[in-house]
Amino acid sequence: MHIVVCIKQVPDSAQIRVHPVTNTIMRQGVPTIINPYDLFALEEALRLRDTFGGEVTVLTMGPPMAEESLRKALGIGADRAVLLTDRFFAGSDTLATSFALAQAVRKIGETWGEPKLVFTGKQTIDGDTAQVGPGIARRLGLQQFTYVAGIQDVNEAAGTITVLRRAEGGVQELSTQLPALITMLEGTNEIRRGSIADVLRGARAELVTWNAQAAGIADVTSCGLRGSPTVVKRVFAPKTRAAKATQVEVKDRTPETIAEDLIDQIYARQPGLEDDLMRMAAGY
Amino acid sequence: MGTIEERFDAIVVGAGPSGNAAAYTMAKNGLKVLQIERGEYPGSKNVQGAILYADALERIIPDFREDAPLERHVVEQRIWMMDDTSHTGMHYRSDDFNEEKPNRYTIIRAQFDRWFSSKVREAGAIVLCETTVTELLKDRNGKVIGVLTDRHGGPVLADVVVLAEGVNGLIGQRAGLREELHPRTVALAVKEMHFLPQEVIEQRFNISGDSGVVIEAMGTITKGMTGTGFLYTNRESISIGIGCVIEDFTRTGQTPYGLLDKFKSHPSVAPLIAGAEVKEYAAHLIPEGGYKAMPSIYGNGWVVTGDAAHLVNAVHREGSNLAMTSGRIAGETITYLKRRREPCDFDHLGEYRKRLEESFVLKDMRKYQKIPDFLHGQRHFLDLYPRLISKAAQTWLRVDGKAKREKEGEIMKTLRKQRGLAGLVADGVRFARAWR
Repeated sequence: MHIVVCIKQVPDSAQIRVHPVTNTIMRQGVPTIINPYDLFALEEALRLRDTFGGEVTVLTMGPPMAEESLRKALGIGADRAVLLTDRFFAGSDTLATSFALAQAVRKIGETWGEPKLVFTGKQTIDGDTAQVGPGIARRLGLQQFTYVAGIQDVNEAAGTITVLRRAEGGVQELSTQLPALITMLEGTNEIRRGSIADVLRGARAELVTWNAQAAGIADVTSCGLRGSPTVVKRVFAPKTRAAKATQVEVKDRTPETIAEDLIDQIYARQPGLEDDLMRMAAGY
Repeated sequence: MGTIEERFDAIVVGAGPSGNAAAYTMAKNGLKVLQIERGEYPGSKNVQGAILYADALERIIPDFREDAPLERHVVEQRIWMMDDTSHTGMHYRSDDFNEEKPNRYTIIRAQFDRWFSSKVREAGAIVLCETTVTELLKDRNGKVIGVLTDRHGGPVLADVVVLAEGVNGLIGQRAGLREELHPRTVALAVKEMHFLPQEVIEQRFNISGDSGVVIEAMGTITKGMTGTGFLYTNRESISIGIGCVIEDFTRTGQTPYGLLDKFKSHPSVAPLIAGAEVKEYAAHLIPEGGYKAMPSIYGNGWVVTGDAAHLVNAVHREGSNLAMTSGRIAGETITYLKRRREPCDFDHLGEYRKRLEESFVLKDMRKYQKIPDFLHGQRHFLDLYPRLISKAAQTWLRVDGKAKREKEGEIMKTLRKQRGLAGLVADGVRFARAWR
């Protein structure tokens, strides 16, 4: 069974800083990681491969440095990696991205055999749209299951798959015909650690690198900025929203004095609170 | 558990400055090099002030300035003797430091180390991250022939292992190549990154463009413990930190972050970082025991570089340059042995030690070998003297209707009273001896 897993290299959001003055995102020096949701997709694909045989191809679209995430995926155990990179792809929104990725999946099918399953994570941590997976499915005419929490069964002979899908109010058990596209939920499995041989292979493997032309994309006007109807109008840091939350100034001293200062200010705003707390502490 | 079939010329453990220097040097010379780093990416576990000394890197990557992530080149050095309310400073600033190839830079290690690692990979080494070397593999004769890792798939073999594993030296310890660290020979330093707009930093420190300022501080800020504080200007942030010998922390019950808070709120320091946003907090051990605390740095199939070899010149606040130089020399030695088809055994790796002795690295380490013991025994150098100097400066500068001769007399009287004439002379002699 040939499985394609679409992954994205994203900035590690845990380490992103917002510039304290301009409120813009400081990307410089922020390490990149594989979109965490994609790792659950990759692990699920590897498990299916281990059970049914076949190959797992990882695919990513991005700048040449996205190579890093592909090597990591190979180090985890993927069999093949394809990097889709071209300046035509720069500035893609979800529409243009799913267009390019769908073409690349087609090309992968032509080159190494039709994939029975295409996996993506449920969404990326830098875009949060959850649109690219369904976009690919629609363009390739694949059955699609989103927010999949587990794969119950794959019947190769009958060409069917049964999954558990998290939905509002419960879990659905759903079956459909292959080929299908699945977007995986987080926490559904535990990503494996590649062996020494895997990571060595990942570090050294020749990656398949395709530009638009090599991926068989003739219509570059559907790619990148030109193929993207989405426009970012403004980026801003949200203001404190909760009605009861107030920002207070504390004098920058030691942690102890800052804490004291804060407590004093809270007491000042809530008359009676101090007495109440004292009474509670005293036990009546 | 099978062995990986292939054999590397060298395995480098660790992707800090010394490991990168060693791996780069060997890979550039055509050796088959595997570098193993436990962190998520090279630099993720590394902490430093941080100052980059250009010369050491230039000897490895001559054109590093073209693409290395550098913050500011240092044009001004301030050395402060501090008491609780004052500092007495020596500042050296020179336009000569605004040269085409500046001598010292402030850097942010997480960024710099990743750049350095990319160069190692370009040179042809294989770099594996998120992989921890757990043990050295030895043959029947006790020669190190490879490493075991925390990944499946058995040991990886190599002709020589470069232990660039950093200050803790756990692998070396486990293999019985070195002793555990002693609390007296290791300092614990903490630092914070304070973010401020570029213009604000430039105004506060009277700098412009890429130039920067470095402050090294000592005195009562360390509460009588052996240690120093520092403040470095980056492009849009200020690195501020303080460190003391571990044994002193245990003795005094002081906490590192307590010291840092005090240092930050000192009237000479607070205005420099006022209004900044703290974004990062880090702590790190620094091997400061000097020459006498060095472990064996080579053996049968292994060499040790950088912090793991205890190569830090605490007096001059130099470490990363000694690390890079030792890594480069280890790499050159191994390349030399490989080319001559000599084995990397105990006898032949002695060449590494020999070359290190001939370089500034061990010459400087030898020069200051008495300083750690000296400071340990003479705590008043970091407490009493800064107070006295501060008091003297204030007496001298305050205009209060007293005759100048009277003031001078007062200063001398204080000195004699606090330390005694004999004490003063003895301190001078002791210091000169240790320094020499």
